Amino acid sequence: MSAIPAPLGQRPRGDKVRGTIFYVLLLISVAVGFIVLFTLIVDVVQKGIGYIDPLFFTEPNNPTNPQEAGAKPAILGTIYLMVLLLMFVVPIGVGTAIYLEEYADRERWYNRLLELNIQNLAAVPSIVYGILGLAFLVRGLGLGRVLLAGALILTLLVLPTVIVASREAIRSVPDSIRQGAYALGATQWQVVRRQVLPAAIPGIATGSILALARAIGETAPLLLVGALTYVTVDPSLLGSFTALPVQIYQWIARPQEEFRYLAAAGIMVLLAILLTMNAFAIWLRNRYQRRW
Amino acid sequence: MPDMESAPAAPATIAGLDEKILTERREAVSRTRRDVLFDVDGLTVSYADVPALKNVSLEIYKNFLTAFIGPSGCGKSTFIRCFNRMNDLIPTASVEGKILYHGTDLYGHEVDSVEVRKRIGMVFQKPNPFPKSIYDNVAFGPRILGWKRELDDRVERALRNAALWDEVKNRLKSSAYGLSGGQQQRLCIARCLAVEPDVLLMDEPASALDPISTTAIEDLMHTLKRDYTIVIVTHNMQQAARVADMTAFFSVEVDEEQDRRTGILVEYDETPTIFTNPGDKRTEDYVTGRFG
Amino acid sequence: MAAQDTTAGAQPIRLRAEGRRWGEDVVKGLLALCALVSVATTIGIIIALLEPSIEFFREVSIVDFFSGERWAPLFEPASFGVRPLLAGTFAVTFWACVVALPLGLGAAVYLSEYARPHVRNTLKPALEVLAGIPTVVFGFFALTFFTPLLQDFGIGVGIFNVLSAGLVMGVMLIPTVASISEDAMAAVPRELRDGAFGLGASKLQVATRIVIPAAVSGIVASYVLAISRAVGETMIVLIAAGGIAQLTADPREPAQTMTAFIGATGLGDVPTGSLEYKTIFAVGLSLFVITFFMNIISIRLVRKYREIYE
Repeated sequence: MSAIPAPLGQRPRGDKVRGTIFYVLLLISVAVGFIVLFTLIVDVVQKGIGYIDPLFFTEPNNPTNPQEAGAKPAILGTIYLMVLLLMFVVPIGVGTAIYLEEYADRERWYNRLLELNIQNLAAVPSIVYGILGLAFLVRGLGLGRVLLAGALILTLLVLPTVIVASREAIRSVPDSIRQGAYALGATQWQVVRRQVLPAAIPGIATGSILALARAIGETAPLLLVGALTYVTVDPSLLGSFTALPVQIYQWIARPQEEFRYLAAAGIMVLLAILLTMNAFAIWLRNRYQRRW
Repeated sequence: MPDMESAPAAPATIAGLDEKILTERREAVSRTRRDVLFDVDGLTVSYADVPALKNVSLEIYKNFLTAFIGPSGCGKSTFIRCFNRMNDLIPTASVEGKILYHGTDLYGHEVDSVEVRKRIGMVFQKPNPFPKSIYDNVAFGPRILGWKRELDDRVERALRNAALWDEVKNRLKSSAYGLSGGQQQRLCIARCLAVEPDVLLMDEPASALDPISTTAIEDLMHTLKRDYTIVIVTHNMQQAARVADMTAFFSVEVDEEQDRRTGILVEYDETPTIFTNPGDKRTEDYVTGRFG
Repeated sequence: MAAQDTTAGAQPIRLRAEGRRWGEDVVKGLLALCALVSVATTIGIIIALLEPSIEFFREVSIVDFFSGERWAPLFEPASFGVRPLLAGTFAVTFWACVVALPLGLGAAVYLSEYARPHVRNTLKPALEVLAGIPTVVFGFFALTFFTPLLQDFGIGVGIFNVLSAGLVMGVMLIPTVASISEDAMAAVPRELRDGAFGLGASKLQVATRIVIPAAVSGIVASYVLAISRAVGETMIVLIAAGGIAQLTADPREPAQTMTAFIGATGLGDVPTGSLEYKTIFAVGLSLFVITFFMNIISIRLVRKYREIYE
């Protein structure tokens, strides 16, 4: 006589109920994030849409009169930072990745330490990078709170991300390509420059753009390194500057309600920039990704 | 023909072997004079200090086609990769002994492996065209050598010598990955030829191809033999019998105590001899199919 | 047998390189230099934090720093007990974890064990969008939407409060926990699940009794990483949790975290070299040490789970 009391084909009710409750809980877990995302976007658009007008893009900030305030220096600052960042972080990041993937002997302790170091840097709080910038660049080197300092610090902040993405891209180039090039009498650099790098460029580009997008949203380091409260002039390399996320923060920090709406408008612009960059990166990846 | 019947030590020949070809080969080989191109002396290759191939000595003759045959794991691929120092790319590999090429030891102190590979080319088992156009694949070698002039002529000549020109002349700019397996392999051969080497090393060049492409490659080997010295590794005995002038049979020496398998050279002689009248019993066992 | 080079009239074979191939060495040097930038960054961070901290601790005793319960560096007389900041950080992190750890794991279990492949392939990147929203935006959301919302629900939170910042931060961290946990679960071999299903286990049982235990080191790694991020996060707390450093267990009250303090002080014009200036570094050092150890633990755990299955 079977020990199973219930007729075959029917699970005990308690079991089923538990299973369903569990499933619902899981669904809720997933849903929460999306609900918040949706709510956030709707809220921001609701608050900010009224303040998105040509004025917003052409006028500098006006701490006394929110009706006439704009985000021009902030937007320019963000764009300039992006350009500088691109110039700094891509060569250094890709160079480090090439060194680690193609040249470094993994068995050596210093190379392993290098890898560990990069992993650690990726998780250091962003405000610590701000402290680094404050100590060395702003006060130490006497650069002051200038655009260049901000760009340099953001470079260091996203460097680990670019390195990791570039390494992945380089690693995905099959070894048979390298062997074929070596067998023709190419030197190591020739193999890297003419075969590996060109094949890895799509991955590197995608990773770099995503890293850049992350940097654009960073506020904390810039608070320490630069962006000042009241900037009316357009940013220049060695002049005072502000950036969109910082401007947003400053608007939020003001008591008057209208500045909140300005902040929301600023957020809309920031999110739009981020969305464009991410979409571009994904398009790049889909269009140029090679299936080996 | 009477030879084969009366030799009691070699009762059976391999199935599918055309005795006519063997006889022609025998006569051709004995007519050609032997110029030594490579003199291998006591070559031992180890990985992480464990010998993979032990104490090999033989001579490769100019404008001959030499085949290395033997069961898997006997070190024939390791051996052929010594001729163009491709084993250098493996960090744990070490080589003892000498390979004299035109009188100079390839593993001598002053010899640069990059220079070696410019003169001794290699075709791999799985065709590995670069992710570039057909033209750029063939032009890669000359370009890195700095031969910028008459590039078009060089490319055409190489493709003609590889019996590929007619099939691709109208689509030189298209991607190499659009070619069939057999065409890709011929492209890889053309790529080697473009740098005008002395020697062509082929590591199981046709094993990844279908029978028709295999025949095309074998015909190509016959043509190329006139101008180049060719060394091939093959696991296909019929192929060796069809194309090779000299054949070297490698086998595995098992050390039960230390649980080690090391490759050794068993016999090296003219192809007809190896296949119909081998001196060593191990060779006979292999070629008649008793093992391996 | 002597080798005969019988290639009559051939050029003498020269197998040595022309020069020493200086170019190759230069390239390798340049690339190593790039790699050194990351080393220099770490060294820079350590020096930047240590030097002023050492000076700070000459004037303020370490004991007072870690045991004092009043943080008032700008007051007269100044008080440098860091505990309120630590408490503030801990409090916000706690509420963030209340949200992120269970919901992140739940999302991971759903994606890994329940969702069909194309649902998963759409949801996973969508979750990443959440991760890509700048923290200043979350801060805005916490202050201007969530806090009023909580107030409307009758939870008497102040304008600046720990609860709002913590919960919103938790939502921000859901993708972190979900993505690493899901990777860990995906690495669990099919055979383990099949074995359990074959014995008549339900999906709930397989998920909770087989997959989660098997992926535990990856899950814990994701938790540690999320906590580390919560501790180091600045903008949400700066905007929504307030700037009053106080020791309070009530999440409806404002509090100041270590990060918020650094941010607020750095924004101001504190004279270089003054004691107040050095507080930035002393607090920064404490922050760095805490997150450093958590990162090491997390890296070790990730390595462990990768080793088991790869």
